[in-house]
Amino acid sequence: MELNARELQAEPEKPRGKLRKLIKGVPLISWLFGAAVAVVLEHVLGDSLTELLRLPKIPVLFGFVIMLKKPLMIPGAVVYLMLIYIVPIIGVARLTARIANWLAGKLMNIHILFSAAIHLCLLYAIFHHWSDISAYRLLILKLTLIAIMLTLSLNVINGYMGEFSCSHPGFMALGAYAASVFTVVLFADDKLFGKALLPAALGPWLFPVGLIIGGIVAALGALAIAVPSFRTRGDYLAIISLAFLFIVKSMIENLEIIGGPRGLSSQPDYANLPTVFLWTVACVWIINNFVRSILGKALNAVRDDELAADAMTVNTRRTKIVAFLFAAFWAGVAGGLFAHVLRYVNPATFGLQKLAEVLAMVYFGGLNSVYGSIVGAVSLNLLGEALRPLELWKWIIIPLMLILVMIFRPTGLIAFREFDVREVLSPKQK
Amino acid sequence: MPLLQITNMTHYFGGLRAVHEYNLGIDPGQIIGLIGPNGAGKTTIFNLITGIYQPTEGTIHLEGRNIVGLQSHRIAAAGLGRTFQNLCLWRHMTVLEHIKMARYSRITYGLIGAFFCTMKRQMEEAAAEEKAFELMEMVGIAQFAGQMVLNLPYGAQRRVELARALATEPKVLFLDEPTAGMNPEELIQMMEIIRIMHKKLNLAIFLIEHRLKMVMELCERIQTLVFGEIIAEGTPCQIQNNPKVIEAYLGKETMET
Repeated sequence: MELNARELQAEPEKPRGKLRKLIKGVPLISWLFGAAVAVVLEHVLGDSLTELLRLPKIPVLFGFVIMLKKPLMIPGAVVYLMLIYIVPIIGVARLTARIANWLAGKLMNIHILFSAAIHLCLLYAIFHHWSDISAYRLLILKLTLIAIMLTLSLNVINGYMGEFSCSHPGFMALGAYAASVFTVVLFADDKLFGKALLPAALGPWLFPVGLIIGGIVAALGALAIAVPSFRTRGDYLAIISLAFLFIVKSMIENLEIIGGPRGLSSQPDYANLPTVFLWTVACVWIINNFVRSILGKALNAVRDDELAADAMTVNTRRTKIVAFLFAAFWAGVAGGLFAHVLRYVNPATFGLQKLAEVLAMVYFGGLNSVYGSIVGAVSLNLLGEALRPLELWKWIIIPLMLILVMIFRPTGLIAFREFDVREVLSPKQK
Repeated sequence: MPLLQITNMTHYFGGLRAVHEYNLGIDPGQIIGLIGPNGAGKTTIFNLITGIYQPTEGTIHLEGRNIVGLQSHRIAAAGLGRTFQNLCLWRHMTVLEHIKMARYSRITYGLIGAFFCTMKRQMEEAAAEEKAFELMEMVGIAQFAGQMVLNLPYGAQRRVELARALATEPKVLFLDEPTAGMNPEELIQMMEIIRIMHKKLNLAIFLIEHRLKMVMELCERIQTLVFGEIIAEGTPCQIQNNPKVIEAYLGKETMET
């Protein structure tokens, strides 16, 4: 339901007809209130309502899986969805709109960061309680948050900078392995690396260091691509980065010391929901800051007309390399988190399939837009899970949707839109 | 020594001699025009001076400092602003963003500021914005600030380019056919703007232009370029009466009329 709120928020200008009436004048915090009520409702009433509607268990992903598996249960699942999510969210959001507008204004007056912190706390509370229902939900949620980081960081290269990089899974692999090696060597008893070197109590505190090391390793990998490929223009980067992806993959497959093709396991369980959530928020915040600054906007200038950018004093080469390393850094961090969420990595994960996934999320959501990356990552991730019961058909439906989006909105659903935190958090006027 | 001094600049594209033994001196506040038939090498001279091409021979000094071989963004930051013959605007950016972007070299907040939105960054961005509005007022495009450049009328796009070039705080401004494709009304406005900014900022301007009326009115001195060589240089009056120029350039016009 959080997705609902976000998507409605993301399109404030041209939602059609009834939808417009419903969401007009409702600030973000109202939607969060609504979502919070829905989550609490599910906690209190979820089990009994499930029994009443004769559903096998609480619908984990908004009832999609149940609906697709057993079509007879569709009415029950729809009623559940309406009663627990849609009605409470919209109802509460509408009812609290007035007081929430007042509250949002007050919070904004104190400080924008304070307001943002309150919103994020609320959002985290919702996530926490929503994912409490089942371990599956928790996993999906974490992987979705990580997908947001990946998509956004790739958007910096493919969207904001307008190059076509194919090496994101490679950066992710570098980050995943570097962070894993860091934590496994230091804090886990493992058959590859032997006994833990440091007491386990230090682990969670040093985990961010591990992630940052992962990010830096990925950025160094990116430097290896950037130096030769940015001398030329055009498609070279796509080819070189694709080659890099395969080099990384086969390198890891052949390094027996980190497990080779069998992969690396026994990562300690550090990537809990708060950690993943905080890193995602940090990633979105920092990338958004960057792309809105003059230094970040220089990427757009380089993309749209490099000659003009140069003539306007923009150091184009530095701009491109910095953005590339920056994006790779976040891909590395996301990889590190990914490895610690699954607590197992193998090189096969970071192949063409992963590349296709990330690229799809970027182009589906929208180029050059933080909103777009969030929407793309969340929707394709949830869709991928929701359509799982369709098995083979899933791989027909999702690409078909992508093709349709590419035909009707060639730059993606929400492209070229600025993510202005102040605008998102501030009260909405009727 | 003049502000910008070019001595014996020669450039070859492969075996083709595009510019031969070109000399130029511009003093502060001077407007110099460069005319010549199509393909004479006027834009090539611009590109050589602004660092897009490297001259095969010769030197270019800006305020006594040799700028041959510098990267073009460094040359731009050193004080050579320019506009382009066929508009080079950034299609996905607003007018305000265009002009703020040209403040790139003045930014000191670095990557830390870009990532974390520090106080210093907010102050510098605000200063850039203020400067941008000042320039937009001057060329008369402040009302378009939040719009995408592609949605603007042609004359306004030209002015965006001009304001953007001014935002780099140039010492010498290079205008490559600033009135190409303009209607007479827009032409008069553009001339007025060039006059105003010349007066206000005491800029040195180096102008390529096809419309002789404009060159004759604005420029103190005019060079005529034919096949990469200067065939005549002097005041508008001298150029108008120079038989070589009339033969190479003006002659055609008199025949047409």
